[in-house]
Amino acid sequence: MKHLRPINKKAERIDQQASMTEEDVVALQQQPDPKPKTPHIPMGCSLAFFPGWEVDAGGGTAGLCQPVERDIYDCYVTCFWPVQVADHVNYSPDWASNCAIATKDWRKLDLVFP
Amino acid sequence: MTSMTSMAAVKYRRGELHEFQAAGQAFIYLVSAGAIFALDDAATAVLRRLGRQEMSHDELVDALVGHGHARADAEELIGELRYVRGIVSDVVTPAPAVGPTSPPADFPLQALVLNITNQCNLACTYCYEFGADKIATPEGKPKYMTLDTATASVDFLLAQSAGREAVHITFFGGETLMNFKLLRQVVEYAREQVAMQGRAIGFSLTTNATLLTDEIIEFLADNDIGVTVSMDGPPDLQDLRRVDKRGRGTYRIIEPKLRKLLARKRNRLVTARVTLTEGVTDVIRIYRHLKDDLGFDEVGFAPVTNSGAQAYALDDRGMTDVVAEFHKLADEWLEYALRGERHGFSNVSETIGELIQGANKSHPCGAGIGLLGVSPSGDLSPCHRFTDADTHTLGHVSSGVDTAKREDFLARGHVSAKYECQTCWARPLCAGGCHHEAFVRYGDTGHANLHYCDWIRQWTDTCLRIYGAVSAQNPQFLERLAARKAPQ
Repeated sequence: MKHLRPINKKAERIDQQASMTEEDVVALQQQPDPKPKTPHIPMGCSLAFFPGWEVDAGGGTAGLCQPVERDIYDCYVTCFWPVQVADHVNYSPDWASNCAIATKDWRKLDLVFP
Repeated sequence: MTSMTSMAAVKYRRGELHEFQAAGQAFIYLVSAGAIFALDDAATAVLRRLGRQEMSHDELVDALVGHGHARADAEELIGELRYVRGIVSDVVTPAPAVGPTSPPADFPLQALVLNITNQCNLACTYCYEFGADKIATPEGKPKYMTLDTATASVDFLLAQSAGREAVHITFFGGETLMNFKLLRQVVEYAREQVAMQGRAIGFSLTTNATLLTDEIIEFLADNDIGVTVSMDGPPDLQDLRRVDKRGRGTYRIIEPKLRKLLARKRNRLVTARVTLTEGVTDVIRIYRHLKDDLGFDEVGFAPVTNSGAQAYALDDRGMTDVVAEFHKLADEWLEYALRGERHGFSNVSETIGELIQGANKSHPCGAGIGLLGVSPSGDLSPCHRFTDADTHTLGHVSSGVDTAKREDFLARGHVSAKYECQTCWARPLCAGGCHHEAFVRYGDTGHANLHYCDWIRQWTDTCLRIYGAVSAQNPQFLERLAARKAPQ
C-alpha cells in the first residue's frame, strides 16, 4: 500500500492480502499492466464466449443458438456469483436433478419461479 | 484497488478506529482487526474530512484532486482506506462481522495453574481468596494437593494439549511454598512424562517469598522455574496490608530472602507483582525500590480486585494518582526502548507485546480456553482465581472438563456478549476485562468491568503512542521484543 504503512503483524497480514488481490485481480476499468508478471486472463462469465447468453438480436430468447436454459445451467453448476438464475447452493438444489447428461437432457431444465 | 462507477451514490464515513500521534507521525488503530497503520498526510486528511461529514466517492475524489492529487492516486488512496476498513459505507462494505470468533470447543490446553495448597501463612487484608470479597468455598475440601491429584493433573494437561509442543504449569496457592515438597515431585514427574512424549514443559510459581530457603532458591534456579513474588514495595507500603496472622508486617522477613533469590544467576526472569490499594499508589517509588534497590527484573502493577465497598479499594483520587504515575513510568519505558534498553515496567511490556501481534481477543484472557485452574481437590476452574469456588467448578482432573459449564462461561465472557464493549475502541485488547474481577464486582463473569473503562482506554492510548514512537524511531527494538514474546 502506498498511503498506509503497516506497523504491526496484523497490519502486515492485511497489507499482504491487499497486494495479493492487487496482483491477481484487474478490474475491467483498469488498464492491465503492460508488462504483467503473470498472464492477464480476464475472468467472469460475461467475458467467456458462450454464444446466445441472455437475449437474441431481437430481444427475445427464441432465436438463440442454444437454449437459454443451457446457458443458465453453466451458471447454476459452476458459478457462485449471485445472479438471477437457478442457484445450486441456496434455492434450487434440485433444479438439474432431471438432467443427467446436459447435452441430451437440457430440455428438462425448466424455468424457476421463486 | 479498484474503482467502480456504481459507487457514485455511496456515502463514506470513518470506520471504527482510534487515531493517535507519535513522533510527529499519524497512526490508526483499527478496531475490527487490531491492526496498526502509519498514515501519510493524504490519508490523515481523508479521515479528518470524513470526521466532519460523510462524503460520496465522487465528492471525496474531487476533493482530493482539488488538493493536488492525481485522480488515479485519489482512487488508490480511497481503495486502500476502504480495504483496511479505515473508511466504510454500508453499501460497499458489508456490516462488520460480529466480532472475533470463539476458539473451537476442542481448543487444546496450554497451561494449568495448580493450586497446590489453599493454605497461607499470611493474612493480607485485601486477599481475594480469604478476604471480605472471597468467592472460594474451601470448607470440607482438601487443604493440600496430594501427589495422586497432582500427577492426574499433569496427565490431564498432557492429554488435553494434543498437538502442542510445549505446555506450562504454574504453581499457585494459598502460599505455594507451603507445599514445596509436592512442587518438587510434580516438576520431576512432569519432566519425565514430557520427555517420553518428546515434548517440552515450562514452570513458574507465585509466592509471597516468606518461605524461601537457600535450598528452594537453588531448586528454582536449577529448574528454570519462573518466579513471581507478590509484594507491595518498600517497608511502609509492604507492611500496610501484607501482614501475618498477628497483623505484623512482612518486609523484614522477606527482604533478606529476596536478596538471595535475586542474587542467584538464573535463566528465567524474577517478577514482582504489586497490588495497588488505598494508600499504596506511589507507583514510581515502589518501582524504584523493587527494580533498583532489590533487583527484580520486571515489576507489574494491578489495582486490587474488590466489590467496590471495601476500605482498601482505590478511590477515584487514588486511581488518578496511579494513572499519573503510570504515565510517567511509561514515558521512561519509551526512553529506554529508544535507546534499545529493556525497562522493567511490565504493564507496558505486556501491552506492547500484544500490540506487536495485533491481538484481537474474543475473551479477556485464556481462562477456560487454553488455561485452567486446578484446586487442591482436583476440581477444575477457569483460572486460579476461581479455585475452590463451587460457583465456577468446570469439572475435575479425573473426569475432564464439564463442557456445558465451560461453554456457558465462555459464552458469557465473549466480548461480543458485552453490550458496553461494542462501542469501545479498546476492546481488541481488553475484551471487557478480568472474569474474576467482574464476578466480584457485578456478580457475573460476563459483565464488562465498567469501573475501569476510562482508565483502560487512556492506558491503551498511552501504549499505542509508545508503540508508534518506537516503530518510527527504533523498529528493531520491537522485532527483538516480538521474538521474546513469540507464542510457543
